[in-house]
Amino acid sequence: MAQALTHTAPQIGDRPRPAKNYLNETTGIWSWMTTVDHKRIGIMYLVAVSSAFFLGGILALLVRLTLLTPSHKLFGKVLIDADTYNRVFTLHGAIMVFLFIIPSIPGSLANFVLPLMLGAKDVAFPRLNLASFYLWCLGAVTAVASMVFGAVDTGWTFYTPYSTTTQNAVGLMTMAVFILGFSSIFTGLNFIATVHKLRAPGMGFFDMPLFVWGTYATAIIQVLATPVLGITMVLLALERIFNIGIFDPKIGGDPVLFQHFFWFYSHPAVYIMILPGMAIISEIIPTFSRKTIFGYRAIAYSSVALALLGFLVWGHHMFVAGQSQLATVIFSALTFLVAIPSGVKLFNWLATMYKGNISLETPMLYAISFLLLFAIGGLTGIFLGALSTDVHLTDTYFVVAHFHYVMMGGTVIAFIGGVHYWWPKMTGRMYSEKWGRIGCALVFVGFNMTFLTQFFLGSRGMPRRYYNYLDQYQPLHAFSTFGSWVLGLGLFITAAYLLASLRKPADAPDNPWGGTTMEWETVSPPITHNFEGQPVLEHEPYDYRPRVKKHA
Amino acid sequence: MSTSTVDVNPHDHGGHGDHPSDPHFQHHFTTLEQQFDTTKIGMWIFLATEVLLFGGLFVGFGMMQARYPEMFKEAHEHLQRPLGALNTVVLLFSSWTMVMGVLSARTNQKKKTVVFLIVTILCACIFLGVKYFEYSHKFEEGLLPGHYYHHIGDRIPVVNGANGYATFFSFYFMMTGLHGIHILVGIGLLAWIAFRANKGEFNSDYYTPVDLVGLYWHLVDLIWIYLFPLYYLIS
Amino acid sequence: MSEHQTNPKAESALYLRTLLSLLVLTGVTVGASYIHFGSSAANVVVALTIATIKATLVALFFMHLLHDKPVNGLIAASGFLFLGLFLMFTLIDFDSRDGLQPTNLKPLMTAPAPGTAPAPGAAPAAKKE
Repeated sequence: MAQALTHTAPQIGDRPRPAKNYLNETTGIWSWMTTVDHKRIGIMYLVAVSSAFFLGGILALLVRLTLLTPSHKLFGKVLIDADTYNRVFTLHGAIMVFLFIIPSIPGSLANFVLPLMLGAKDVAFPRLNLASFYLWCLGAVTAVASMVFGAVDTGWTFYTPYSTTTQNAVGLMTMAVFILGFSSIFTGLNFIATVHKLRAPGMGFFDMPLFVWGTYATAIIQVLATPVLGITMVLLALERIFNIGIFDPKIGGDPVLFQHFFWFYSHPAVYIMILPGMAIISEIIPTFSRKTIFGYRAIAYSSVALALLGFLVWGHHMFVAGQSQLATVIFSALTFLVAIPSGVKLFNWLATMYKGNISLETPMLYAISFLLLFAIGGLTGIFLGALSTDVHLTDTYFVVAHFHYVMMGGTVIAFIGGVHYWWPKMTGRMYSEKWGRIGCALVFVGFNMTFLTQFFLGSRGMPRRYYNYLDQYQPLHAFSTFGSWVLGLGLFITAAYLLASLRKPADAPDNPWGGTTMEWETVSPPITHNFEGQPVLEHEPYDYRPRVKKHA
Repeated sequence: MSTSTVDVNPHDHGGHGDHPSDPHFQHHFTTLEQQFDTTKIGMWIFLATEVLLFGGLFVGFGMMQARYPEMFKEAHEHLQRPLGALNTVVLLFSSWTMVMGVLSARTNQKKKTVVFLIVTILCACIFLGVKYFEYSHKFEEGLLPGHYYHHIGDRIPVVNGANGYATFFSFYFMMTGLHGIHILVGIGLLAWIAFRANKGEFNSDYYTPVDLVGLYWHLVDLIWIYLFPLYYLIS
Repeated sequence: MSEHQTNPKAESALYLRTLLSLLVLTGVTVGASYIHFGSSAANVVVALTIATIKATLVALFFMHLLHDKPVNGLIAASGFLFLGLFLMFTLIDFDSRDGLQPTNLKPLMTAPAPGTAPAPGAAPAAKKE
């Protein structure tokens, strides 16, 4: 498919900007609340998950503030007591996982960009898309209600028997998670059907952008894993209400069985989190290296491989929980296997950059940050997957550092990079590049200050979820807390300049980065039905031979 | 740029010219056939999620069976095999009437479609009726879930609160209950498409809703095909 | 539609044959439940095998998977496959633990009489290491 192109279609930039686009074609809050336009739904999701991120972030700052000193005192007064602390870190985890990170990229960026990349008018089931969003809202309200009416303190993992016997609002939170699960399932269902059936003429599976491959792999996991989370929440709720005797050892249940149920979803869930992030990186790196992606098929296959292999390793969260030795050894071996596709991708991205014509705009800065931070996160995951080290590192801050490196250093960094990358397309405005770089620098420095420190804390024995700690850990905890302030500042600045850009007129170029995927073919912001007529694919993705002009 | 567009007229869907005026046609699709294929894929994905949802309960049941082998074996004796078998036959028959309903809709036989759908609904009601008798019997005997279990006459003593009988009936009610809820929803869906079929909405070009409800109904039957032996036939 | 250009009468007959097979298999599985195949595990295997055959008939014929686009069958199979993975690994854990009985099913250690401390060497009923 790599032929030289002749065309008579008008060049980008020649085209007059249409007066009506998806943002202003219909106005009024009702038109937004009843929209079935994937772009509007994507924007609503973006606002929603950003709000959740803000709430989860405040809770995180509170955790770090509490741990600033072993006496938990600030200006002479104890900030929060131990029970409240348990609630704070539980809610930080639950909100970040269920309300923010899992719906984040699929709901916002993928919703917006996927149909455009496929040359489609919308996703397969636009009304189901809106239903997904409303389910998110309902789940969010239920989760906040659980905070108001008792506030869960079990840790986001709801381990039994504490979760089956505590008086706190576990019921409301499990209901919230159940509802959010269906929001996720419907999104995944929609994307799988869209990718199978709504590709533009000429676009086979191996002509799709890698962002689509990543989203497709994510959708497979969403659809197959989340129902088990749903039934786990139901069983947990029924154990509390009826004492059915499945999870509570006092009545003959098995708490490890709960962990099997929980982690069968929650391990694949972390691949729901990282695959879209990787998908974004696969878009940014070729564009800002002005070079075709190295190993397209390898990245495509490794996305699906990661999705499938991710279902085989959940027991590595249970090495010391009471799982049998045989199962433990099997899961550890499989965990080593699941690292391979991630490694494949990392090397392919680096190879893409090698001898590329690299420009360091903000999206690329975030992508390069991702490479480093995800590498650290992924490698430390291997340390944890090895039994002999895990016995010492489990339930310490080492684990906390590991998952923040992959989830925040990985997914959130990629998410922010993606928001910047597609910002001109979504809003028609360019953000301030100067402030973008300042924000990225602060986020990068702040993140490492906060979390690199925690690897040391953990390997020196600091347990996770602990309110109290020995004095010897205080310097590291304090440094981590200072880092959280730098990180918070960086994120705040990022939000500020992005929002500030909206005050400018919508005159960003259609293709400011010189991207080659289909979403850059249409105007910024796109018209409601995306394209004038049905686009037909005529070249492979990431084809950077001289033809594409980047518009300043 | 690097893509061309097929046509300029936004109302002609790519020259395929297939049913742009059909009232059921959704305009983000190109042809009615593409719409049908896509909705089918969507339905199958949904069915896969149902398999995993129920499957979780099967796994839980299996683990608890391993934990309380003797108590579960005895608990099985309280389930009435003839009623279970009757319900199995009723549901299988209803699956047949369902698929015949789909065939009738596809071959423009309106009356037959409605009749088959109504018979399917009747079978579903019979199923629920039998279930009602079964549940009443359980309630009378005190064979209730969790801490409501108060049956007398169990042979194995319960030690340290580990009541395998209560756990068995918890799973019995959870699984047959969730299945029953799906039957109820199915009755609603069947009534809805029977109503639409009676209005003449379905024909050989458009029978998607009947097909999709059919798939849902067969899944409900599929789940029972596994529930029946596990609960009624193990002893 | 592209599917099912075959004549409806043949299709009707196919559905009827499928129903009859399903009813026969139901009879078989009920009958088989009265036979003891060695262990109770064997009975379960027999019952589930027959159930799977019935399920396959429903899927292939009533749900039209046999003549449908392969992607639908793949989706259906994935659901069952991943359920199977969940069951398999969880069973591997359960079956290879040291003793299936949780410790709370062992009789409780009897409490010492008031005023006496338990003998220093008195261990609870011998625990497996």
